[in-house]
Amino acid sequence: MKIKNNSVVLDPVDVKILEALIEDSRQTYVTIGKRLGVAHSTVYDRIRKLESHGVIKRYTAIIDEEKAGVKSVMALMTVYTDPKESESIVEKLCKAPQVLEVYTCLSEELQIIAKVMAENQEKLHDFIAKSIAPLKGVLRIRTSIIIRKCKQAYSTLLNNFKEPDNSGDG
Amino acid sequence: MPEEIKPKAAKVPRDKAFYFFTSIGNYTGKSASSLEEFRNVIREITAKSLEFHFYRGDFERWFMDVLEDQELVEELRKFYPLNLTGEVLREHLHRLVESRLRGS
Repeated sequence: MKIKNNSVVLDPVDVKILEALIEDSRQTYVTIGKRLGVAHSTVYDRIRKLESHGVIKRYTAIIDEEKAGVKSVMALMTVYTDPKESESIVEKLCKAPQVLEVYTCLSEELQIIAKVMAENQEKLHDFIAKSIAPLKGVLRIRTSIIIRKCKQAYSTLLNNFKEPDNSGDG
Repeated sequence: MPEEIKPKAAKVPRDKAFYFFTSIGNYTGKSASSLEEFRNVIREITAKSLEFHFYRGDFERWFMDVLEDQELVEELRKFYPLNLTGEVLREHLHRLVESRLRGS
């Protein structure tokens, strides 16, 4: 990993380490090292650097909510906004515990897309009606309730990784 | 003694306004902060929204909890057995609210 113009530039070993961690972040440095054909100390150093530069944000557990007996409704909510108010709407959405992810998107109109979770449909509606619709600048909301999760990948960008061109590298 | 009717122009705060949806989480962008505004919105909002809120009891709750208009609630409840839908529901709701605004 290098720092170039204040941005992190990964090399193929970093990418392979990240791929291994995405697959299973509990693997030991030794296991990852063996798999990549590098020393475990190299893996250790690389991971520390990736962590300290914020490339690896955190390690977490992925819960199967159904097996955990968590009853919930998940929905994707598209909020059409007045551009002047969108930042403050985003801020409020980010603070709400019911909101898991928030994206601002470019389309014909400015949209905020948020993944929302609630105990049931009634509570989902209640949250949207009482906490989101009244926000200044909300023009309308479209909500799709998720009925089945068919795929969840955690990063596919790494598959397209190309080794940086080092020509002219200073 | 006749129940006191809030003035037509009396507006409730933004967080107490009625927000019109067409289904769970689908906000139309229309809201009403007073009974007068409510009357104006129900004239033009899609009938789907009227049906959604009417049969969930949302109108009734708002009239009661926010506008505190017991008489309006009682009149509205008379519509439930009629199984009103679409434009007929709109007409009934509009007539009811209009007459309440006129104080009759």
